[in-house]
Amino acid sequence: MEFLSYFGEVFTPISMLLLIGGTVGGLILGATPGLSPTMAVALLIPFTFHLQPVHGLILLGAAYTSTVAGGAVSAILLKIPGAPANIATTLDGHAMAVRGQGARALQLAFLSSLVGGVFGVLLLIFLTPLLAQWALAFGPSHLFWLAILGVTVIGSLDSDSVVKGLLSGSIGMWLATIGYDDMQGVQRFIFHDALGGGVNIIAALIGLFAIPQVLTMFAKGWQDYGVESIEVQRHPLSAAVHEVFSRTRALTIGTLSGSIIGLIPGVGGQIAGLVAYDQAKKFSPEKDKFGTGHSEGVIAAESANNAMVGPSLVPLLTLSIPGSPTAAVLLGGLLIHGIFPGTDLFDNHPEVAWPFINSMLIGQILMCAFGIYIASFAARIAQVPQSIMAAAVLGLAVFGSYSVQQSMGDVYVMMALGTMMYFLERFGYSAAPLVLGLILGPIAESNFIQGSLIATAGNGQFQYFFSGALNLLLIAVVVVSIGYSAMMEIRNRRVAA
Amino acid sequence: MRKLIIGLAAVVLGMAGVAMAGNYPDRPIMLMVSYGAGGATDFQARIVTMTAGNEDALGMPIAIINKPGAGGRVGWNWFAKDAEADGYTLGAYNIPHFIAQSIKGGVQYDRDSFEPIANWGADPAVFIVGKNSPFNSMADVVAYAKENPGKLTFSGAGLFVGHHIAALQIEKAAGVKMQYVPTKGGGAAAMKAVIAGDVMGGVNNLSDAYRAREAGNVKILGVADVKRNEEFLPNVPTMVEQGLDVDDSSVNFRGIMVPKGTPPEVIGRLAATVPEMFKNKRVAGKMSAGGSPMHIMTRDEVLQMWKEREEYLGQLLQGL
Repeated sequence: MEFLSYFGEVFTPISMLLLIGGTVGGLILGATPGLSPTMAVALLIPFTFHLQPVHGLILLGAAYTSTVAGGAVSAILLKIPGAPANIATTLDGHAMAVRGQGARALQLAFLSSLVGGVFGVLLLIFLTPLLAQWALAFGPSHLFWLAILGVTVIGSLDSDSVVKGLLSGSIGMWLATIGYDDMQGVQRFIFHDALGGGVNIIAALIGLFAIPQVLTMFAKGWQDYGVESIEVQRHPLSAAVHEVFSRTRALTIGTLSGSIIGLIPGVGGQIAGLVAYDQAKKFSPEKDKFGTGHSEGVIAAESANNAMVGPSLVPLLTLSIPGSPTAAVLLGGLLIHGIFPGTDLFDNHPEVAWPFINSMLIGQILMCAFGIYIASFAARIAQVPQSIMAAAVLGLAVFGSYSVQQSMGDVYVMMALGTMMYFLERFGYSAAPLVLGLILGPIAESNFIQGSLIATAGNGQFQYFFSGALNLLLIAVVVVSIGYSAMMEIRNRRVAA
Repeated sequence: MRKLIIGLAAVVLGMAGVAMAGNYPDRPIMLMVSYGAGGATDFQARIVTMTAGNEDALGMPIAIINKPGAGGRVGWNWFAKDAEADGYTLGAYNIPHFIAQSIKGGVQYDRDSFEPIANWGADPAVFIVGKNSPFNSMADVVAYAKENPGKLTFSGAGLFVGHHIAALQIEKAAGVKMQYVPTKGGGAAAMKAVIAGDVMGGVNNLSDAYRAREAGNVKILGVADVKRNEEFLPNVPTMVEQGLDVDDSSVNFRGIMVPKGTPPEVIGRLAATVPEMFKNKRVAGKMSAGGSPMHIMTRDEVLQMWKEREEYLGQLLQGL
């Protein structure tokens, strides 16, 4: 309970000012397409040069927490996920916004983020040493199987059929191979200079989600000049609170899977939301409603991606290994003040470490409060005429993809992928499985190469990839997941026939 | 009339020349870093340039622009091809990375595409093993590798980076074959592999390894540099002290450069001012706090170092 005695440091005027500023700023940055949590934190680091260590970290912690949640705003209202963490939020959240329920979707998103986020930080506070061991348990073979498990999820995610889902996933995996490969020292599919660095995940996200939408809006405006008027429904907060807590299954699945996956170095943040969404769907009696604007989808995805924030810092704070790009940036923020994370961080620098973690706890509450406050205004975006909306989203998409690494190449990639997706969508393919392929492909590939190099030096491939409790457990889950998808596909065909 | 025009032209040109040398810089300067925001190079670049706006330095602030991708190739390709050679576009270099990449081919730059200004840091590679490893010296490592050819697995951050160069040098010097396991995602992933016991050892950055040792997670067996690091690791012997002929070719040197074709007077001004700027006490304090070893070198020293690296790496990487 040592952490309680450091709450005083969080409630000093300057700390609160930074906390509120970091939270509000983080929400806005997170809501801007292209400004991922990693970049938001990186942009703030130079400001912390001039602050005391504890204040600097409070600012960074608040920004990290709130950018992840802020990504839900553009995911829901514009169908542009701010970061990979918010992909799953678009699936049901945007469908709700289109129906005029943007305010409800945002309220649900922020409330589930609060629940997930607080749970994640509490895990960080109470179980850190235990969790650190768990984070280390995942070696190359386990990460490989975990990525394969993700691949099996692709088929059932937001598509007409398993086959179309898997095809989209394959396209994503192929896109991920583009660029210089520093694992094997080769160049793959570099047809143009812009592809040298590979397909940037954020630029791809923006293109795949935003551009088909923009094109659809332009096409609609062409046919029918009349402004579609959507009645934006107000939504009482108490109803949202009641709804979040009555959807216990989605909330629990989201929070737990987010916390567990968030812990795994190198994988966590990007897929936590998608995996939670998929699990919530499989366990729900109302499977068919997912993807049509079902509240369980938003609750599972958003509780998961904020639950991941706390545990994702465990490898950083205890082992000094940043488990995610954002954690790597935070490490820089710690080092600049001469604070070396490690097992003895809480003994050597409790006056910095605890207020940092506590501020993330308070930050969750502030984030939720401000998020809900803006929800009712933000939802009015649905009333903006389609033609203006299309132009605005296009502008944001170009700005967002350019700003990731100040490169016009990324803008071209974004436009090309988006145009391709527009046509693919007409044939019943969808963006989410494609993006998942783009994320999982490199994880599976690099871990397979590492694993097989280690295996060659050791007892052979089979022994390395197929023995040990964790490998076998993951393989079993993979088999169950494939079996489940196959069963559902057969059942659907029977119903259709 | 013609004389007047020629005269005027001469005056204008003369003034332009004076303005170039005398007023430079009269607007903020950009520094391109070919790694992502928050990475070690970015982080150090931000620290060493934070006093650029001071009157005794350049008098104008330096803004960092990140162009990450493909192990730095994206940024350096851009810097060689598209960056304006007007003194307002600086770039950060990483040695041996960009030279090794240009030897390996497939990029649009080589040593002649850039003009060095000054070096700010040098992060040597070190050999690490997990805290419970039976290895306690490089001799133990080499002995094991001799008995079990190709069986000793060790990690490093990718191919053709400092870690990989050090790995090749160690194998060559000891006359053994070990299994190098490159990781994606920089030194952190390679460090995780060592701490978690996925591999038996690894090559990593001195600064990261120092922190990991302070945290009680690894043992550091040797430094791949010509001399010991007195500031952070005075007790860890170099490879040469342990009988392995490994020099400082894998040391990750970081510094500032400009594109070829930048006016000589601008290069002169920068080469005179920038090393002094790096010597600022606040800069040194922040660098030391972060565990980042500083190593300031002038333009002439860097030119010499680049030349030596290119010759040596050309031989080492031959036939790879």
